[in-house]
Amino acid sequence: MGKTIIKTDLIDDNNSFMGTVKSAVKSFGLPRLIISLFLLLMFILAPFVGANFFTQLSNTLNRFSWNAVLVLAMVPMIHSGCGLNFGLPLGIIAGLLGATLSIELGFTGATTFWMAILLATPFAVLFGTLYGFLLNKIKGGEMMIATYVGFSAVSLMCMMWLLLPYHSPNMVWGYAGTGLRTTISLDGYFNQALSGFLRINIGHLSIPTGALLFFGILALGIWAFLHTKTGTAMTAVGSNAKFARACGVNIDRVRALSVIMSTWLGAVGILVYEQGFGFIQLYNAPFNMALPAVSAILIGGATVNKASITNVIIGTFLFQGIVTMTPTVINSMIHMDMSEVIRVIVSNGMIIYALTRKSEVSK
Amino acid sequence: MAESPLLEFKNVSKSFYGNNVLNGISFTLNHGEILGLVGENGAGKSTLMRILFGMNVIKETGGYEGEILVDGNLVKFDNPSEALKAGIGMVHQEFSLIPGFTAVENIVLNREPQRKSIISEVFGPRLNTLDRKKMDEISQKSIGTLGVNINKDMLISNMPVGHKQFTEIARELTKKNIKILILDEPTAVLTEKEADTLLKSIKEMAKRGISVIFITHRLQEILSVCDKVLVMRDGVIVRETPADKTTVREITKWMVGREISGISAENNESKIQNKKEIKKIMSVQNLWVDMPGETVRDVTLDIFEGEILGIGGLAGQGKLGIPNGIMGLYEAGGKVFLNEKEISLNNPRLCLDSRLAFVSEDRRGVGLLLDESLEWNITFPAMQIQNKYLKMLLGGFIKWRDEEAIKEVTEKYIKELSIKCTGSQQKAKELSGGNQQKVCLAKAFALEPKVLFVSEPTRGIDVGAKKLVLDALKKFNKESGVTVIMISSELEELRAVCDRIAIVSGGKISGVLPAYTDSEEFGHLMVSNVV
Repeated sequence: MGKTIIKTDLIDDNNSFMGTVKSAVKSFGLPRLIISLFLLLMFILAPFVGANFFTQLSNTLNRFSWNAVLVLAMVPMIHSGCGLNFGLPLGIIAGLLGATLSIELGFTGATTFWMAILLATPFAVLFGTLYGFLLNKIKGGEMMIATYVGFSAVSLMCMMWLLLPYHSPNMVWGYAGTGLRTTISLDGYFNQALSGFLRINIGHLSIPTGALLFFGILALGIWAFLHTKTGTAMTAVGSNAKFARACGVNIDRVRALSVIMSTWLGAVGILVYEQGFGFIQLYNAPFNMALPAVSAILIGGATVNKASITNVIIGTFLFQGIVTMTPTVINSMIHMDMSEVIRVIVSNGMIIYALTRKSEVSK
Repeated sequence: MAESPLLEFKNVSKSFYGNNVLNGISFTLNHGEILGLVGENGAGKSTLMRILFGMNVIKETGGYEGEILVDGNLVKFDNPSEALKAGIGMVHQEFSLIPGFTAVENIVLNREPQRKSIISEVFGPRLNTLDRKKMDEISQKSIGTLGVNINKDMLISNMPVGHKQFTEIARELTKKNIKILILDEPTAVLTEKEADTLLKSIKEMAKRGISVIFITHRLQEILSVCDKVLVMRDGVIVRETPADKTTVREITKWMVGREISGISAENNESKIQNKKEIKKIMSVQNLWVDMPGETVRDVTLDIFEGEILGIGGLAGQGKLGIPNGIMGLYEAGGKVFLNEKEISLNNPRLCLDSRLAFVSEDRRGVGLLLDESLEWNITFPAMQIQNKYLKMLLGGFIKWRDEEAIKEVTEKYIKELSIKCTGSQQKAKELSGGNQQKVCLAKAFALEPKVLFVSEPTRGIDVGAKKLVLDALKKFNKESGVTVIMISSELEELRAVCDRIAIVSGGKISGVLPAYTDSEEFGHLMVSNVV
């Protein structure tokens, strides 16, 4: 026995450098490392294929500002142990209802944005409450159910967008006079409502200060919330629900609260996205928002039941960086549209990877 | 002796992570002999049988020392199938039967007699058909030897538990080369009549030359059926005796009679004598608790202010159900009064609000936030229930975590309980079992309870840590005057710490005695109405 111990010690000594590298890679996460290096490579290659570095950086920052709040919407539910919010479309629908109602009621300019948040809130709370009630019934299988909640909500709303009595000529189908269009332009409403605020332009670099600031405020809010008594309880419920219950915490209530918060952030998130993008997208569009957001927070280093604001920021930046950089760089290199393929591989691959890691949670 | 014994253990020892659980076990088992193996929970019976049966867990934790001989040949089983080949059969406490199959199908499972057909001639023996008739015959014969009447075509899921147990034994008997049969508490689930039948069939088996190792808590059964009794305690065999030369009383004495090293039983008499002046703090009336495996049927108990009350008893008799039920973690009924005021059951929050605290026996499952820091673990309950360690901002609208106060109190407890850790930020899962237990205690102490339930405080921790944990409890009781109710499977531990000890048997209190009473008396109460 003694001999073996000495032997392993020697091996450790010889490989101490490799050991540090290995543990550093392990703590940073191999997928995160690969994606970071890939993104770095893109930025290095960009000038060689004729793309301006600062333009590319601006694009990335811009897309970051659109998407960060949607990624932030993952955090409360992860903390309370409800897993990744695959039901994000539900929150998005609340946001879309807010946006369309705000326009229907005749608001114009940036006011539409704030009114949209206000109008979306009751929907988000209502949907969140119902969704939370459902998730409390199926503890342990949240993510699967959440996915289908998203699916069915989107499908239901596909009908509702046609049937709801909207009349604003900017939103309904021109020839029929009823039913909302698939894409609604936000010109004259809240296009660039946040991004245009205090925008900094230096040569090719353009920073959407307002939108970044808005995300910063929300992120600060979540960070602060997690430092309060209720926030602490939420993290504890996610960490060990039995422990929390034995400490007198009403698990169901805390979980429901987290779902409502996530849903509301989803609603606000889509409004932020739309103000940057310039259009409201209805019908099947909410489908395409959940997976990138889930994937982004996972790339950021979150696990199924642990997530921090840092994870959100890093993840969104890496993910959106790849989405913006690959089309320009790869396409001009191989003259083929590979960007979508790479994006899909990255986002879905990341989700699979994270779900297989679920067993690492100590119980 | 002309022939060598069928089974021989020579100086077998086993330790789990430096904890010695078996120490120099030596015994022999002859052909056709029935050996009774008794001992308290944790005495090492199961580990011993696991070694013999080659269970994976033994190999994974570093194997064992010593030798095992079967028919005079040295053996070392790496997995159960090797043990099976060598003729060792085991009937587990848990049923390993397939519920959707009939008794016959279960009995001959994977050893079915087969019939060849044209298809299997072409495609190989995997497509042989089952010889149902022969299967029936084999099973019927095996069931017949047990002397019970089981419908061989009945699905296992429809059977009463007793029949399941018999089916499992019948399965072991159909194995052709079976020489040794290990029965781990086979009568625990049987009615008295079924148990009698089983005992009879055990005798039958022995007559046919099969040796039986019989583990049970029902000592009367041991005496009536066994040739030889082995009494185990703390991983050693304390007594080996022919069954006809001993009594139940003697065996219980051997089972429990011991002093824990390092903890001397204090003289608690003075405290007891003053009991009349001490007022009743808690009273439990007709409590029932539906906790799986630890059902409480009807418990009535008075607890006096400032005492340490021990609750002991064998595993599965319901002692763990009592605190879990009162604290609202499992469905419960009956009445519990604290200071003459009734506490409603099934609501953990209300119990905690009335200043009860509970240190769970399920340390890793219920007791700790494994992924969080010690700070969180120790302060969380007090923060949630009593709004401690919070800063009130905006007139109490925002309850902000007071990191400084949290750090301070955590460090205080780390020092007081000498918790070995790298700092208050270390994660709970990185600590050893004993230190985790101390964190659980600190968590309860931070609540400043009036009544503290401590369930199995020393389970799974080593001897040194045991003493520290028990000392901490005693100190807490003495200094803060808190009433402590300690539930433990280890009688000597209770005797060393408690003022009075209540023994639970069959979901009921079978007696409450002062701690200085002979352990023999307690042993007797433990087995008085075992179910």
